[in-house]
Amino acid sequence: MRLLSAFLFLPAMAAAQDRPVLTAMTYDSFVTEWGPGPELERSFEATCGCDLRFVAPGDAAAMLSRLRLEGPRSEVDVIIGLDTNLMGAARESGLFTTLEGMPATDLPVEWTDSTFLPFDWGWFGFVMNRNMPIPASMAELADSDLRVVIQDPRSSTPGLGLVMWMKAAYGDQAGAMWERLADNILTVTPGWSEAYGLFTEGEADAVLSYTSSPAYHILAEGNSSKVAPIFTEGHYLQVEVAAKLAGSDQPDLADDFLRFLLSDEAQKVIATTNWMYPAREVDLPEAFAGLPRPEKTLFLPPDQVEDLRDAAIDEWQAALSR
Amino acid sequence: MAGRVVALIVTLLTLGPLALVAWRAEGGWGADWPALRFTVTQAAVSAGLSVLLAVPVARALARRRFRGRGALIALLGAPFLLPVIVAVLGLLAVFGRSGLLNGALGVAGLPNVQIYGLHGVVLAHVFLNMPLAVRLILQGWQAIPSERFRLALSLGFGPRDIARHLERPMLREVLPGTAVVIFAICLTSFAVALTLGGGPRATTVELAIYQALRFQFDLGRTASLAALQCLICAAAVLLAMRLSVPPGFGKGLDRVVAFAPPGWRRIADALVLMLATLFIASPLAMIAARGLPGMMDLPQAVWAAAGRSVLVALGSTALTVAAALALAGGGRGMGLMATLPLAASSLVMGTGLFIAIWPFIAPERVALPVTLLVNAVLALPFAYRILAPAMGALRADYGPLADTLGLRGMSRLRWLVLPRLRRPLGFAAGVTAALSMGDLGVIALFAAPDGPTLPLLVQQLMGAYRMEQAAAAALLLVLLSFGLFLLFDWGGRRGSDL
Repeated sequence: MRLLSAFLFLPAMAAAQDRPVLTAMTYDSFVTEWGPGPELERSFEATCGCDLRFVAPGDAAAMLSRLRLEGPRSEVDVIIGLDTNLMGAARESGLFTTLEGMPATDLPVEWTDSTFLPFDWGWFGFVMNRNMPIPASMAELADSDLRVVIQDPRSSTPGLGLVMWMKAAYGDQAGAMWERLADNILTVTPGWSEAYGLFTEGEADAVLSYTSSPAYHILAEGNSSKVAPIFTEGHYLQVEVAAKLAGSDQPDLADDFLRFLLSDEAQKVIATTNWMYPAREVDLPEAFAGLPRPEKTLFLPPDQVEDLRDAAIDEWQAALSR
Repeated sequence: MAGRVVALIVTLLTLGPLALVAWRAEGGWGADWPALRFTVTQAAVSAGLSVLLAVPVARALARRRFRGRGALIALLGAPFLLPVIVAVLGLLAVFGRSGLLNGALGVAGLPNVQIYGLHGVVLAHVFLNMPLAVRLILQGWQAIPSERFRLALSLGFGPRDIARHLERPMLREVLPGTAVVIFAICLTSFAVALTLGGGPRATTVELAIYQALRFQFDLGRTASLAALQCLICAAAVLLAMRLSVPPGFGKGLDRVVAFAPPGWRRIADALVLMLATLFIASPLAMIAARGLPGMMDLPQAVWAAAGRSVLVALGSTALTVAAALALAGGGRGMGLMATLPLAASSLVMGTGLFIAIWPFIAPERVALPVTLLVNAVLALPFAYRILAPAMGALRADYGPLADTLGLRGMSRLRWLVLPRLRRPLGFAAGVTAALSMGDLGVIALFAAPDGPTLPLLVQQLMGAYRMEQAAAAALLLVLLSFGLFLLFDWGGRRGSDL
C-alpha cells in the first residue's frame, strides 16, 4: 500500500526543494518529451537558480478556462501558448499584467501589444500529398474534387483560425465561400490530432494545419511527399503568445523566463519541436527555412476576432449544415 | 444499508460536480435544441439497433456449441473498450472512403458507399455497443434454469413455444436495461458523432458543453446543458424500469442443457455468427495492422504510462465491483443511481471536482487518485447492469433460505454470493478494468505533466505529429485493456459451470 501511494503521489514529491519555484502553465503537447518543454526547462534552470515547473491542463482553450477557474489565487506565474484568437478573452479576464523591457520580435505583422509576448507563429494552411492536383487558391480548392478534413471552430483553435481566415479573405462573402467549399469537406473533427490522423491514414486528401507542417515530415521523418500549397488569397496568421500573471509571486523570475523564451537558443528549440516559425530571426535548418511562404499575410486584431467570432461560427455552421 | 451509502456517494460524485459548476456560474441558462434533437435521435437509434441486432447473435451463441465459441465470446468484449479515436480510425479503415469495403466495391465495379452522416454515427455506435449488448443478453439466456428447458422439451415444445414461454419473458427483463445503458453511452458521444456525422449537423449536447465551458467560459450554459443530459438519462432509466419485468423462472440445479433446434435455424445461426464476427473483427484487425509496425520502437515514456494506467485500472476495479455488489444488493430502486454516471459529462465532472479540490490541494498532486475514483464511478453502471439481474435472482432463489440460516454479512458474501455470482463478477471486473484503462475521463484537466496515463500519452503523441507511434501505443493500450478483461472474465468463467 505504501508503494502504491508513493507511486500515485510521486509527481508531487519530486520538487520539494528550497529554490524559488516558477510555475509556467502551457498546453500539453508543449511539455511532452517531443515538445520544447524538457529542453527549455534544462537550459533555463542551468542559469536561473530556480525550479521551473510546468502545469499542462490540456490545450490552449483549456488553459484559459483553468486560469479563470483558479482566479487571482492561482500559483501560476507565466502562461505559454495562448494564441491570437484567445487573446481578446484573455485580456478581458484581467489576469495578466503588462511587460517591460522585452526583446523585439520579427513577425509578418506589426506587433504593439505590451501584455502578450509572441514566441512563435505560423500561417494556417492545408497539408496534402505532392502527387495530388495542387490548388493555388481557396477558390480553386472549392472548385476541385479534393476532400478535406477540417477542425470544428467550436472546439479547436485551428478550426477557429480557418473561420477567421475565411472572414479576413472574403469578408461579407465568407458565407458564400463556405457554401462553395462545403462539398469538399469530408468531415469535421473536434481537434487537430484527429484531423491529422485521418489525413495520414489516407482517408482525406488534405487537412487544415500549418504551412510549416511539412517541415516535420522532412526533418523528423525524411519524407518530402507532404506539401502545403500557397493560396493567392493569402494565409491567416496564428501567433502564439506568452504572458505574465498579475498575481505572480515571482515577477522578476517571470520576466527573466519570458526574455529567455526569446533567446536564440530557446527560439531554435521551439521552432524544431513545435514546428512553427520562431518569433525572432534565428538560423533554421534549410528544409524548414526554405519552405514556401505566403506572399500575403491575413490577420485580424484580437478585439475584432472577439466581436466577429460568434457570427462567423454561425455562418460556418449554417453553410455546412445544408 | 451498504447499498444506500454507496448510492449516496455515487450520486454525490455525479451530481455534486454539476452543482458546483452551476454554483460558480453567473446567470445565463441556455439550451441548444437542434443539438438536443440530434443527440437523442442518434442515441435512440443506436441503442435500438444495437439491441435488435444483438438478440439473434446472443441466441445463436446460447444454443450452439462450436470450436472457438469461447474466443468469440471473449472477442465481444473488445470493441467496447477501444479508445474513441482508435475505434474511429479502425472503422474508417474498413468503411471509410479509402477503406476495405469501398476497395472491394470498386473492384466489383459498384458505386462507393459514403460513411459520413447519421448512418455512420449509428454504425460506429453499433460496432462499439452491440457486442456489449450480446454479452448482457447472453447472460440472460444462461440464467434461464436448464430445468425449464427440459420441461419444455418433455412437453414437446417447438422453438416457437420456447421463444414464447421462456425466451421472451427473459428478454422482457434484460432488453430494457441493456438498451438504456447503450442509450446513455451514446447520449454523451462527441468525437464519434462529430467525426463520422460529417460536420456541424452532427452536433451533440456534449460538444455544446465542450464549447460552452472551454471557449465561452459560460458556466451557466455548461451546467444547464449537463443537467439536461442527466434528465434525459434519468427519464430513460425510469422508462426502462417500468418496462422491465423479472421473469420469475425460479431456481434450478445449474446444469446446462443446450437447446439446439436443427434445420434452417442451424444455418441461420451460423450465418448470424459469421456476419457478426466479420463486422466486429475486421476493424479490430485493421487497428492491429496499423499499430504493429510501431510496436518495436515505442518511446520509454509509454511503458511508465502503461504501468500507471494498469495500477489505476486495478484500483478502480476493486472499488467499482465492491460498489456494484452493494448497489445490486440494494434492490431495484438503486438502478437510477447506478445508471446516472453514464449521463454525466466527464468534462463537467472534471471541472466540478476541480472547483471542489482547488481550494485545498494542487490538483496535480491528486491526479491519479482522482482519475481512479472517477473511472470507478464511470464504470459503475456497467458493473451494476451485469450484476443486478443475477443478484436479483439470487435474492429471490436463495434469500429466504439464507435468512433462515442467519447467513449474513461477510459469511453470506463468502458462502453464497461469491460462488453463485462468479461468472458475472468476473465479467463485471473485466469490463471495469478495461474501461478504466481506456477512459480519458477527467485526467487531462488534472494531469501532472510528468505523469501521464497511457490514453493521455496516445493523445500527446498524436499532438506531436507522431501518428505511427501513437497507433502503436494505442494498440498497446487495447492489448492491455483486453488482457485485463480476459484475465478477469476467464477467472469468472473458469470454475463456474453456470
